[in-house]
Amino acid sequence: MRPPQTASDLPVLLPFRVSRTRARFAVGPVRAGLLGAGLAGLILVAPAFAQGPDAVLSPFQVVLRWAPLLLTGFALNVAISLIAMLLGTAAGVGLGLGLLSEGPILRRIAWALTQFFRNVPWLVLLFFVMFLVPFQVTVLGVRVPLPDWIKATVGFALPVMANVAEIVRAAVRSVPAAQWEAAESLAFTRRQTLFRIILPQCLKRMLPPWMNVYALIAMATVQASIVGVTEMLTLTAQVHAAEGGRPELFAPLYGFALLCFFLYCYPIDRLTARLERRFETA
Amino acid sequence: MFDGASPMLSVPPADLPIVQLLDVHKSFGEAEVLKGISFAVRRGEVVCIIGPSGSGKSTLIRCINALVPLTSGMIRVDGIEVADPKLDKLALRRKVGMVFQQYNLFPHKTALENVMMAPIHVLGQDRREVEVRAHALLAKVRLAGKEAAYPGEMSGGQQQRVAIARSLAMRPDVMLFDEVTAALDPETVKEVLVTIRELAEEGMTCILVTHEMNFAREVADHVYFTDRGVIVEHGPPESLFSSAVDPRTRRFLSQVL
Amino acid sequence: MDAVPNWFRSLYETTGFNFTVFYDPYDWHRYVNGLKITLLLMVTTILVSLVIGAVGAFIQGGPSRFLRSVVNGFVVVFRNTPPLVQIFFFYFGLGTLLPAARTADGLRVPLLDNVQWAIVSLALFAGAFNVEIFRSGIEAVPRTTVEAAESLGYTRRKAYLYVVLPLALRVCLPALNNNLINLLKTTTLAYAIAVPETLYAVKQIWSESQNVLEMMMVLLATYAVLVGVLVWIMHRWERALRIPGYSR
Repeated sequence: MRPPQTASDLPVLLPFRVSRTRARFAVGPVRAGLLGAGLAGLILVAPAFAQGPDAVLSPFQVVLRWAPLLLTGFALNVAISLIAMLLGTAAGVGLGLGLLSEGPILRRIAWALTQFFRNVPWLVLLFFVMFLVPFQVTVLGVRVPLPDWIKATVGFALPVMANVAEIVRAAVRSVPAAQWEAAESLAFTRRQTLFRIILPQCLKRMLPPWMNVYALIAMATVQASIVGVTEMLTLTAQVHAAEGGRPELFAPLYGFALLCFFLYCYPIDRLTARLERRFETA
Repeated sequence: MFDGASPMLSVPPADLPIVQLLDVHKSFGEAEVLKGISFAVRRGEVVCIIGPSGSGKSTLIRCINALVPLTSGMIRVDGIEVADPKLDKLALRRKVGMVFQQYNLFPHKTALENVMMAPIHVLGQDRREVEVRAHALLAKVRLAGKEAAYPGEMSGGQQQRVAIARSLAMRPDVMLFDEVTAALDPETVKEVLVTIRELAEEGMTCILVTHEMNFAREVADHVYFTDRGVIVEHGPPESLFSSAVDPRTRRFLSQVL
Repeated sequence: MDAVPNWFRSLYETTGFNFTVFYDPYDWHRYVNGLKITLLLMVTTILVSLVIGAVGAFIQGGPSRFLRSVVNGFVVVFRNTPPLVQIFFFYFGLGTLLPAARTADGLRVPLLDNVQWAIVSLALFAGAFNVEIFRSGIEAVPRTTVEAAESLGYTRRKAYLYVVLPLALRVCLPALNNNLINLLKTTTLAYAIAVPETLYAVKQIWSESQNVLEMMMVLLATYAVLVGVLVWIMHRWERALRIPGYSR
């Protein structure tokens, strides 16, 4: 009848993680669909009253007509995010191992890089890369052109790298010290311990935060439009101009972009939450 | 189970029960925890509820100050109908103070602030006047000098006494004690019991759920033995503890005494 | 007085590093104004987003099913869509739909200007995260502590204000810190709707003065300092809120 409790178990000031995992809060697939549909409805119907009397296309028709083009733009966003994630993860694991290294100099450098790329605004990093990376590189005498979207991808890979490094460090640190000691007493070297005993254990634990980083980077790819990459947001502005720049088209067109990202990112968010919950109880 | 036919009518007004329960039922989903509890407590009386764990004692006491809503039945506290859907909870809780097993002090406030908070926030009383009273209450529970300590810096017994002072600051007519010594170290149990005894001697109406049989025997005017959601047997402590009739009561008493 | 400008001028003459901001009053002025706008965005959005978080979390624990689903929907949508698109949607989409005043000579004066729209959308974005953070903190406050407040006569609203929120805040402060630092970084997105914040000002300077590399360095240093200051303030706050007797 009484909740089982110990004397002073107020968890105030105990280590804390934000849980996104309560069933109460979870929106099931059906309700998510409704939410998406509602969002779409709001976006497409709301501005209808603002329409002029001329026989112009309704906002809904405009979105429908341009949806294929806009979706190709969205595909580029997805491609950028996937490649950036790939590059960033590879570099981030290396950087994370640097954070865990025994050598103080390597560790300091890795720490400084991680802090720098985690704390600089992503848009600033993007500008940085766009201006400082040349438009082509010469590899073994072959000129390889670097289109803008590739440069932007590199720009997104940098914060991914820093965040992944931090995830690796935190996951390895969360393995109890006893594991290291046990391995050491079995005459494993530090490297062997790390790769054969520690990392396999925390791979599972790294998955949810890693997916979280992916969702963030996927949503950040639209910033590439600011530096001139023709991705979805750029195309949205172009479509708007092509349709005569009617102000009532803004909401449905940008709403369509919101909807695309929501339908892409929300399942990832739910999956992340589910994995988090499962690993927490495991 | 109820003494006499209708104590509401047969006793003179001055002796009217301040707390009355009539056929109180409480279910959590399928599980019926209270299966028709009736009793009455007169002003100034000290009542102990004993019984095996899981017998519904804590739920019973929580029903009295509406922390747990009843399923059916009636509870009346000094004229307030607790089961009334339009219950004025503030009015009820001004009359009924409660002390918990886990003390439940507010950990971000000092002992003094814990005592002062409710009169200021809930009753809107003057801060300076409340502060004077809070100092006096802390002295009364023998915690003068601990005003600035935070709950995390005090022992369980000290925290529990702050909790008692905190309840008293609302000037209640009835105090509910829900196994207030169960979470304490043996050496600090006594200081809390001494405080409660003093309160009882001053004439405060007290309803205690307790496992401290010796304390119940010494302090209580009336003891109720509950098991599986019903009152099995009750009476003054001397008779209940020495000559219980029901075998369940006997078995329980033989285990705990 | 003129030591700093002179030093940077001579740095330019001797090494070619052209930090116009530090000797050209016009560029300096633009930079400082940008910094002011960034600070304005940062302070207002942090405050508003904290209020949104606290109120949203309160509603989520409340009895109204309808209000709860509204808050849940808000959180889910704002967490899972790009903040930049949110800004565009608000500024272009809603901004053009809202009624606007007209000046005497018929010029359209929108209800909110771009700075205000940036504040609104950034605060909503960060507020959605704050709702979840606060809710998590509230769930960590023991039910029995709330019961204690209730049995002292506190209403739900008062218990939330005086007991639950102060405790929840302490629990979720680390997560809150992260989100507010993120919010500071996100203010750069206001650039996209021509809010003259730091990034915007610095970009103007480098396109006119042709000193991209130097201004990049200034930009990075500026954000490093801003993040550093915010981290420092949050740590001070964390220390001030620490409850004696509960050690980490």
